[in-house]
Amino acid sequence: MDRQLLMGNEAIALGAIRAGIRLATGYPGTPSSEVLETIARERSDGLYVEWSVNEKTAVEVAAGAAMSGARVLTAMKQVGLNVASDPVMSLNYVGVKGGMVIVVADDPGPISSQTEQDTRHFARFAKIAVFDPSSPEEAYLMIEDAFNYSEMIARPVIFRPTTRVCHSYASVNLAESRSSHSQNGGLGFTKDGGKWVIFPKLAYENHVKLEETMAKLGQVFSDYPGNILLDGGKKGIAASGVSWLYAREAVANPGAGFECKQLKVATIPLPESLCLEFLSGLDEVLVIEELDPVIERELIYLCGRYGLKTVIKGKLSKHIPNAGENSPSGVKDAILRFLTPDSPQIIDKASSHEPRRPLPPLPARPPVLCAGCPHRASFFAVKEAVKTQKAVFSGDIGCYTLGNAMPLDMVDTCLCMGAGIAQAQGIHRVEPDTLNFAFIGDSTFFHTGLPGVANAVYNKADIIIAVLDNSTTAMTGGQPNPGMGKTLMGGDAPKLSIYNILAALGVDQLQRVDAFDFEAAKAAAQKAAGASGVRAIIFEGLCVALGKTKSPLKVDAASCTGCGACVRRLGCPALSIRGKGAAIDPVLCAGCGLCKYLCRFDAIGS
Amino acid sequence: MTNCLIVGVGGQGTILAARLVGMAAMEAGLSVRGSETIGMAQRGGSVASHVRMGGEIFSPLIPPGEAGVVVAFEPGEAVRAAEYLSPRGIAVVCDRPIQPAAANSASAGAYSAASCMDWLRASAPVLYEADGEKIIARISARCLNVALLGIAIGAGAFPFETKHMEAAIARRVSERYVKMNIDALRRGMALDF
Repeated sequence: MDRQLLMGNEAIALGAIRAGIRLATGYPGTPSSEVLETIARERSDGLYVEWSVNEKTAVEVAAGAAMSGARVLTAMKQVGLNVASDPVMSLNYVGVKGGMVIVVADDPGPISSQTEQDTRHFARFAKIAVFDPSSPEEAYLMIEDAFNYSEMIARPVIFRPTTRVCHSYASVNLAESRSSHSQNGGLGFTKDGGKWVIFPKLAYENHVKLEETMAKLGQVFSDYPGNILLDGGKKGIAASGVSWLYAREAVANPGAGFECKQLKVATIPLPESLCLEFLSGLDEVLVIEELDPVIERELIYLCGRYGLKTVIKGKLSKHIPNAGENSPSGVKDAILRFLTPDSPQIIDKASSHEPRRPLPPLPARPPVLCAGCPHRASFFAVKEAVKTQKAVFSGDIGCYTLGNAMPLDMVDTCLCMGAGIAQAQGIHRVEPDTLNFAFIGDSTFFHTGLPGVANAVYNKADIIIAVLDNSTTAMTGGQPNPGMGKTLMGGDAPKLSIYNILAALGVDQLQRVDAFDFEAAKAAAQKAAGASGVRAIIFEGLCVALGKTKSPLKVDAASCTGCGACVRRLGCPALSIRGKGAAIDPVLCAGCGLCKYLCRFDAIGS
Repeated sequence: MTNCLIVGVGGQGTILAARLVGMAAMEAGLSVRGSETIGMAQRGGSVASHVRMGGEIFSPLIPPGEAGVVVAFEPGEAVRAAEYLSPRGIAVVCDRPIQPAAANSASAGAYSAASCMDWLRASAPVLYEADGEKIIARISARCLNVALLGIAIGAGAFPFETKHMEAAIARRVSERYVKMNIDALRRGMALDF
């Protein structure tokens, strides 16, 4: 048996390949991106994989393939599911033929997201079953179960890892590759008398079936091996996902001396009879889960419905924090307090806390644009061009959101993918004497930027669209996008021109400029600022992470006056003041030359 | 079980270092579990990789006070991670600071790496100080991560042998950099910078 060190997302991908997927789609988003990248890397012939332009498209492509009998996977982060919600909601009514698993990675913390939304709620709202793995090993096997259940009920299911499953890793036993699963009635699209066309009458009929299916799953999931019940004591702990592992570490530790019943919940709908067996005879239960109290509410509901006196504790009772991610020590403390409220360990902990040596001052490290990032140059050009004018800078999702940090301070809004161009229009309607810039990256432009441009032209808005084209999807690790001339499968692809798209959408005041041609970039921003209507500037400059960096620059100590302008105005991580003058870190500097351009004393050179 | 925490600033190579430690442990026949910081923090934020090796491991994260070894690529991050060190834990710390851009541009100014090193000398049960400037000058900034792992191996911090780490490097690092990395590993073990 092959044993490999796998990241959770790699385990999901290999499990899905093993389960016989024919097609995989998705849009990059932390913490989900490695699922599709791994499928692309490990795929064999006959498996098609793509980065779709957005999550809605990804689900629709996958839905078409699943309706045609193929096993399909689509992957996204939790906020991606918001974008895809329209097809997902309806698809669950229409159904699928081949198994379809929608991998939606939730991000407690959040570590790299706009929200701490809980996909389990969305699934309940949409009446979709959920599989919730706790580790890479479990994910590797569970993803195949998810496909099997999807085919059994002929509907999509959601597979919901969280960041600490996606980005944790473990030694995983890889099972023998299996012969491809038997296709549900073979591959190919069958017209099937209107089965695939959702009309109100069909929606009603399928709604009835859907309710029956979900009720039935609530029963059969009691036998699902991912749902586990361990016996013992008058108190119980229920947990899911990585919190189950934190709880097991606290309880299973030899010498902990804890006795309690333990329930691991890995599915929505909850396994009803297993939950009742768990609750039976218990005085109190502590529910440990991340994001929202979904299991907690379900257990409270079961207690009400069946007249049980068990007290359910968790997020609602403030025994578990209701925001942020859980930690091993936080879970251990909560369990200790729950199981042994009078324990000397707790008192010890409070009173005999070692007086630690006070920490020296530590630096805050907010994420920053890299040294050599073209976005810094573009932001700086616009900032210089309009510094005497009243301006609002709408931002969007990507590395360039980091342009909000001082000293650039060039991102005043960030809402969701593609929002900036439309938000700028709204701000301008209320405050017409303001210049309104909307910054958007190339991948985000293709994702959901286009409707905002069409809206602006059609409704005669007065905004400046600044496309920051760094020829990659940088924040998530450099995935290809439609503007790059290549796809996830490798090989050439048509290169969609942002310039031509803007022109076709009716933007006639259109400029394209090299972000590293500092004077030209500033002049382009000035020209746009002096006009009215819908204007656009495409700032082109390769992402520095793509590796094409120049030699680091140096400060000439004799010429440097120590004025600090380079350090103070650019916020470049390679620049600092050392002693009396500026210094450039040769490890970080990518030689972009923005500081050289800015220096009034010619003190920076190669 | 041996717990190893690897900390640094996004972009320093902590993720590869953690992968190598995990792979070396697997080469030695141990079970492995761990966790990474991937996402926004990779753009110059604080990053931490947890690696747990041997025995029955539940959580992918190391609880505070249970790391037998902390490998820190940066002195400020070492102090931040010190609460994870076990009472007899080994700290391997690169003394070369990375000042955050915010500190450079704000009036607050830079933080003191020297006071962080002083604090570590007084607080860490066992401390190995690595001269970052020398490692970068004499080996390469690209191999800083592996040089630090070499120091930790030399200190006896890991439950595997040098050959396991060399095998991991050969498997994971692209071919043309293998020799350079193994050289960095050995010089780290010999504290030869």
